[in-house]
Amino acid sequence: MTMRKLFISLLVAGAALWGIAAHAAKGIHMDPFPHERLKDLPSLQNGARLFSNYCLTCHGASLMRWNRLRDVGLDDKQIKDFLILGTQKVGDVMTVAMRPADAKAWFGKAPPDLSVIARARTSFEYSGPDYLFTFLRGFYRDASTPTGWNNIASPNIAMPHVLWERQGPRETTIERVVHTDKGAARVETVYDQNGVATSSTTPIAGHPEEALDVSFKGADAQRVREFDSDVADLVAYLVFMTDPSAATRVSIGVWVLLFVALFAVFAAWLNRTYWRDVH
Amino acid sequence: MGLHKSEYKGLLGWIDARMPTLMSEYKKHMSEYYAPKNFNFWYYFGGFALVVLVIQIVTGIFLVMHYKPDARFAFESVEYIMRDVPGGWFIRYMHSTGASFFFIVVYMHMFRGLLYGSYRKPRELVWIFGCLIFLCLMGEAFFGYLLPWGQMSYWGAQVIVNLFGAIPLIGPDLAIWIRGDYVVSDATLNRFFSFHVIAIPLVLLGLVVAHILALHDVGSNNPDGVEIKDKLDPRTGRPLDGIPFHPYYTVHDVFGLALFLLAFFAIMFLAPELGGYFLEWNNFIPADPLTTPPHIAPVWYFTPYYSILRATTEDFMWVLAAGVAAYAILLFLALRRPAAKYATLIVALVVVALMIGGPLKLDPKFWGVVLMGLSVVIFFTLPWIDQAPVKSMRYRPAWHLGLLIAFVLVFFILGFLGTQQPTPFYTYIAQACTLLYFSFFFLMPWWSRAGGFKPVPDRVRFAAH
Repeated sequence: MTMRKLFISLLVAGAALWGIAAHAAKGIHMDPFPHERLKDLPSLQNGARLFSNYCLTCHGASLMRWNRLRDVGLDDKQIKDFLILGTQKVGDVMTVAMRPADAKAWFGKAPPDLSVIARARTSFEYSGPDYLFTFLRGFYRDASTPTGWNNIASPNIAMPHVLWERQGPRETTIERVVHTDKGAARVETVYDQNGVATSSTTPIAGHPEEALDVSFKGADAQRVREFDSDVADLVAYLVFMTDPSAATRVSIGVWVLLFVALFAVFAAWLNRTYWRDVH
Repeated sequence: MGLHKSEYKGLLGWIDARMPTLMSEYKKHMSEYYAPKNFNFWYYFGGFALVVLVIQIVTGIFLVMHYKPDARFAFESVEYIMRDVPGGWFIRYMHSTGASFFFIVVYMHMFRGLLYGSYRKPRELVWIFGCLIFLCLMGEAFFGYLLPWGQMSYWGAQVIVNLFGAIPLIGPDLAIWIRGDYVVSDATLNRFFSFHVIAIPLVLLGLVVAHILALHDVGSNNPDGVEIKDKLDPRTGRPLDGIPFHPYYTVHDVFGLALFLLAFFAIMFLAPELGGYFLEWNNFIPADPLTTPPHIAPVWYFTPYYSILRATTEDFMWVLAAGVAAYAILLFLALRRPAAKYATLIVALVVVALMIGGPLKLDPKFWGVVLMGLSVVIFFTLPWIDQAPVKSMRYRPAWHLGLLIAFVLVFFILGFLGTQQPTPFYTYIAQACTLLYFSFFFLMPWWSRAGGFKPVPDRVRFAAH
């Protein structure tokens, strides 16, 4: 067999493997995070502002220094005046005053540090940014939980909906296709604006796949759109914070690759010149 | 005067007169080392492995300057390197990408060995040293993976060290001795750091030197599997098909290096996590001894062996025992010397008895560890189990290459399954692949001899560039 056949066989093998992998990667649907926000400095600045105002009261980002926000176009004075709420200096890391033991007593679980959360929440099923974008927009009123809130991306989470005032009141409908002893059924649960649930079950014929579908009804469409945009900015900031050098890395990387490609051309030329002697 | 009479002038002459070794070794290994002129793409990877070794050592030196091998600070110090150390992200990503690339190039290098019979006589020792390097590399990767002190670091180490606990009698104490504690802890982190930065690298460097010295004594194989030392130029005494390693292959490898760096830097700069395969997502969560992650998977380069471990279930033990018995019968019929025949039978009886009776009866953990270990060390046996009359796949029946590709495919499938949560369906596939994996090796003495072989030419096939 020739080298070409070998390569083709390996390619086919790779494609077969890809098929298995694609089949395996089927899970919960996450809304796609708008990635273009990562390159948009005003978005990142808005995200930083939301982060410092809403998240940084309970969650720390203890691996992130305030003055790293220079990378999103802010200077030390702006960071000090607009973002740092306490007495911290710009060279300090973003810590919170709440003690982990208190947090555990109040919420049942200490809120995780958010420095690298966008990476930590990534899996083979979905990306961390998509998860966070879905999660932060996925809170709904549920009177049966201790905080009065629940979340479609992280059911029964201890965290309340911190941004609820920005999102506004909503009615939530959760439709499930489930398999019971008596066959398949569609369970529809409606949570009203106060989190009071009403549920109805209708049996369905056949063997449909188990499914989960969530829809929200907000009173004010404009407000919901603005909220979604704010959350996109916040997630962009969380992604930035997880690897602050990422933008620099990619922009240097392109030049490095161009240099190596050029080097390869000269190396090939040199190689040819030497190998002219070999018969 | 006691000075060596040098053929060189100037500074080199001065040095050569006092230390002739320098130039004689340079000639022996570079300018007068004759390598076959028909090397192809697959012959780049040995050099690449050397390059990655240098990358890992140099970046490792800089990482150790800033890293803290302390359970309280380890995770933070890695992120400190990524954020606050100037150029730290570059050094760290070089090292993490280098770790995966080390395995990629070494696997390609080993595949080359299988493709062209590079381990066959007289290169058995070259292969043995190479296998030892591979073992060291696995140790180096395992110890190094604990250092970032993320959830996968912690629980991966916990799972692997616990495997030693499966060894009868001494197992549990051995596991404690390795960890230095009852669980993976600060003590474990410190000793793994020591192994990763000094103990294993020293052994690794020594083995790399031995690998290259052993190779240069017997000379390189080539895609045709022809011994170039059999056809010498009567005038010069040099191989007719050999060319000096320097400058021909140095300049050749510089071009190869450029291609390698394109791939390396593309991943390192643009996607250093490579979708969670080079840097696992869970490892961005700090190690938490109280929270076991729902799904523990080693890094991709270990997953084929990990799959074999997981495939060994209690039910599968019966299949394995039957396999051992069938293989013993095959060997009994095939072997000629009565002593060997009966020795095989007795060993097989003991193994099967241990598998289905006694204290280790159907213990999937113990036998899984045995199989996993076997799946790695079995590579050592290749020079002897490959009985083909020719070295290179070029002159072997096409279906031999088919079997090799099937083996690679099985290796990939096992690797993929090792990254996934086990389901009954996946476990069946992993078990089938485990049987195929071992059949490839265990049946090699027979299949490698079968089929129609093509005549091997006297000289290597080479078309001038």
